[in-house]
Amino acid sequence: MQAVEFDKVSYTYPSGVIALKDVSFTVEKGEVVVLMGENGSGKTTILKHLNGLLKPTQGRLYVEGVDTSNCTVAQLSTKVGLVFQNAENMFFESTVWDEVAFALRNFGFSEDVVRRRVEWALKFFDLDGYASQSPFTLSGGEKKRLAFAIVLAWSPPIIALDEPTIGQDSLQKEKMLHMVRLLNAQGHTILMASHDVEFVADLRPRIILISSGRIVADGQCEDVLTDLEVLRRCSLVPPQLVLVMDRLRDLGLPKNILEVSEAVKAISEMISHEHI
Amino acid sequence: MKIIEIRDLSFTYLGQSRPSLKNVNLEIGDGEFILVSGPSGGGKSTLCRCINGLIPHFYEGELRGEVLVNGLSTRTTPTYILSQHVGMVFQNPQNQLFSLSVENDVAFALENLGLPRDEIRARVDEALEIMNLKDLADRSPLELSGGQQQKVALASILALRPRVIMLDEPTSFLDPASALHLINVVDEIRRKFGLTILMVEHRVDMIAPSATRMIVVYEGEITYDGPPREFFEKYDAHLYGVSTPRLARLSGELAKRIDGWPGIFLDIDGFERAVRGLASRRVR
Repeated sequence: MQAVEFDKVSYTYPSGVIALKDVSFTVEKGEVVVLMGENGSGKTTILKHLNGLLKPTQGRLYVEGVDTSNCTVAQLSTKVGLVFQNAENMFFESTVWDEVAFALRNFGFSEDVVRRRVEWALKFFDLDGYASQSPFTLSGGEKKRLAFAIVLAWSPPIIALDEPTIGQDSLQKEKMLHMVRLLNAQGHTILMASHDVEFVADLRPRIILISSGRIVADGQCEDVLTDLEVLRRCSLVPPQLVLVMDRLRDLGLPKNILEVSEAVKAISEMISHEHI
Repeated sequence: MKIIEIRDLSFTYLGQSRPSLKNVNLEIGDGEFILVSGPSGGGKSTLCRCINGLIPHFYEGELRGEVLVNGLSTRTTPTYILSQHVGMVFQNPQNQLFSLSVENDVAFALENLGLPRDEIRARVDEALEIMNLKDLADRSPLELSGGQQQKVALASILALRPRVIMLDEPTSFLDPASALHLINVVDEIRRKFGLTILMVEHRVDMIAPSATRMIVVYEGEITYDGPPREFFEKYDAHLYGVSTPRLARLSGELAKRIDGWPGIFLDIDGFERAVRGLASRRVR
């Protein structure tokens, strides 16, 4: 079944700014899809449609087969969990623990289940030491992880993440990568907005490139992230390896490389075998 | 000339049992571009707060040792004076901008210092000119892009004419093209005006080529202090919460396999020269 279907969706903000123009794509259940594009291109606007914070001004959006135009945010929250870019906007409780427990209690889980889920989610994100602190005392990276823990705890089938790697160090980024893979392996559908090309290159998802509210490319990571022309058109900086291989293309090196190990092999072979 | 001198600095936030900084010693010279790296919660932001005087003036806790900025002790110098020596740009520009126009935002701190009107006018014009923001002077900062907002935040700091500018993860909220642009602008004003830059960043791959020095803050201590390239040559960056740029990983692996490979590279130009050099040597 399709998890998400955008059918010719356009969205115009009340101010008159056109944020999405005729956007159509489908995401199958269990897919990982990353929306890429410069700030202001429409990535976040797409994510905000998923849980009904925004409704299309034209076109239709189906989430798990249901037309969202008649759904409330509360109804959609059982299907879609959205982690905002600015995690702080999500917080309002006085402790980290209560913040994670809030949604679970609202969904009517028993206190025992709430406790176990909160403990698990906090532990997973190295936040168990902060359980009784105010969410607002956390560092930027920790806030981001707390926002993730909140959604993880209630485990909706579709998880939408807005720039999950912002402010994360390399260890946390790696954890985030494992997390996304784990959730995906458990059957969750993941939609993510990101311009962290190196993170996305490691994740190897399907990529939808967006520029000025329109889809300009939709394909596998290997193809989209190595297409320098289309990346430039979307003001994205290509991954370092792709730039390097492009510089050296006259030496007969392959172009579609995203892994360090592949580049090592190609370059060392070229240097040691050339003209022997 | 040392612009920042830190001696035996330790700091423990009020209510915390463990110190966030332990026995830090650091000397920073005029005109350096320092990349401050390390894991979240390792002490990077605390170090910045000690340098601009937010510690001890706004954050309570136990402070030991001494921090001198341009010869002034942060312990005894009020922050409004320190702000004319060291400025700070934060992660989220929206938290730093609040006026109705770009111009007013840049003028705000100067007005608070009670400078004469002509002086304010001249300094605002100068800062907007340097940051290439003249065309946006009358716009509301909140309707600008994140990259432009960070440039406004930087302009409002420049107007104070500090000798040191600290930037705490300034590119986090920017897309890659805007992030690169901001880093280049920062490096340009450093070279032009001899400013000292401390930039806290996780995007090491983008900053390392411009940085003259790298400091890794890990569990409250400075665990590395030296050229960026050497850090990736000698240490397992990952263990210190620092992401290794792909290019550094690639050149490290090539060094193991290819005789005469010159070492770790952080810039594409240098890497390209190394490959071409070795490739042409084989031809001859």
